[in-house]
Amino acid sequence: MFRKTLLMVITLLFAVSAFAASNDNSMQIKGSDTMVNLGQAWAEKYMEANPGDFIAVTGGGSGTGLSSLISGTCDIAMSSRNIKEKEIALAQKKGIYPNETTVALDGLAVVVNPANPVGKLTIDQLAAIFTGKISNWSEVGGKDEKIVILSREVNSGTHVYFKEHILRKNDPASREEFAPSALLLSSSQAIADEVAGNTAAIGYYGMGYISKNQKPVAIAKDDRSEYIEPVIENVVSGRYPISRPLFFYTNGTPEALVKKFVEFALSKEGQDIVLATDFVPVKK
Amino acid sequence: MRKFKEFIIEKLILLSGLASIFFVILIFLFLLKEGLAVFNIVSPFNFLFGRSWYPISEPPQLGILPLILGSLLVTVGAAIISIPIGIGCAIYIAEVAPLKIKEILKAGIELLAAIPSVVLGFIGMVTLVPLVKNVFHLPTGLTALSGSIMLAFMAMPTIVSIAEDALYSVPKNYKEGAFALGATHWQTIWRVMLPAASSGILAAVMLGIGRVIGETMAVMMITGNAAVIPASILVPVRTLTATIAAEMGEAVVGGEHYFALFAIGIVLFVISFAINVTADLFLHRRQ
Repeated sequence: MFRKTLLMVITLLFAVSAFAASNDNSMQIKGSDTMVNLGQAWAEKYMEANPGDFIAVTGGGSGTGLSSLISGTCDIAMSSRNIKEKEIALAQKKGIYPNETTVALDGLAVVVNPANPVGKLTIDQLAAIFTGKISNWSEVGGKDEKIVILSREVNSGTHVYFKEHILRKNDPASREEFAPSALLLSSSQAIADEVAGNTAAIGYYGMGYISKNQKPVAIAKDDRSEYIEPVIENVVSGRYPISRPLFFYTNGTPEALVKKFVEFALSKEGQDIVLATDFVPVKK
Repeated sequence: MRKFKEFIIEKLILLSGLASIFFVILIFLFLLKEGLAVFNIVSPFNFLFGRSWYPISEPPQLGILPLILGSLLVTVGAAIISIPIGIGCAIYIAEVAPLKIKEILKAGIELLAAIPSVVLGFIGMVTLVPLVKNVFHLPTGLTALSGSIMLAFMAMPTIVSIAEDALYSVPKNYKEGAFALGATHWQTIWRVMLPAASSGILAAVMLGIGRVIGETMAVMMITGNAAVIPASILVPVRTLTATIAAEMGEAVVGGEHYFALFAIGIVLFVISFAINVTADLFLHRRQ
């Protein structure tokens, strides 16, 4: 009886270790929540075309994806921000050389409640709102109501992108931060829900999350420029001021299955999926 | 053969007993090893009393005072709500309720303990948060108060079942003596039963609070997670536990943010250790 149990335990251990060892036909993709739907759509189509290959896609945030690439637990990290110098240094220490591929573009929409009369803002006004310098809607032409700032959590690439490009206006020396009173919500959906139910809220997320329960705000670079709506044509043409590249990070130049998958994502078919999931193709 | 079997079983049980202590010590050492490294970057004073928490900026600002205060505020709020209701419920179950109602209530409270915290958080997010927002005319309902109310639900089962046990174990002759002296039922409960069970009830309260301060998922979903020093219970707060849960994905192993999160873990460990030791002291005084 005892020997039988022992035998079973040993077999089980072997089975587990064999499963954990990386397999040529399967790979892990992890990272940006913004890209999770896109990644999944790619993986589904890819697996349809290539039965036998297995791709698992999970979210968690860009930072999560990059740190698992660095610790070797995923093959592709999806990221909505550039990798940091520090992360590269850490990766190299562990023998991993992050390689960047731009796979799609994403317009970031700033949204308010449909009942909010404010429908357009300049980048300067946005920065002032999100850093807490403007705290009442009446200062930007709205009702006399305290502004409720909604942001993503710090593990979100969207959070980092918004901070660097809107709050700090691409100035690396800038020390601007989100107002401490900003609510940090753990997903884009949570922001969408709060904006839908709160007339004083303002939040931001990838264009794909816009629904009729939120009103996207038209954005202008400065007060002399035209206000541009966040729609796909305006992102493709480059007129909409808040759009960002979405990346795949791999260890070194992609090889084997990873390479096939990255090529698929960049193919005509792959870029059509980009459009279908409300993102913007890299190749026109 | 039988003796041998006995011997093996005895040793196995001893081993399981030792293993749990061994694991606790290992976990604590690991926490210390990973967490103390943060003090190379920031002094313990600035870590505990710093007012800004911007862990991913360059250079990072690692002050956890808003987080500590957030955790304390939510916990105190939950305690104020759950202690009177919990003890009242325990008194009712132990002293007043007829047998049938008693059984139903006890089952109901056990059921409350069985609801996963993420479910409570979700329910709170769609029902309680809009309610708090409308009742108090707040800009947002994601506040410390919402968290306190939800956590009070989580602390209740612990408080009720342990306090009820304590009341139940008060010797019968105390009660009979009080009645014999002509005391009413309420006088007996208030003047005799509660003081006699006081150490057990205090232990119940401490364990309930311990449950609250370590709770993560529900608070992360409904307290708004803004790292400000709270001026009242009607503003958003960020708790220690929610900070670890929300940021651990971002922290690169071996980075300063990672060390800071482990240092928060040490702070939490110290707080809940202190609470458990206090509860233990009360429990032992009773015996």
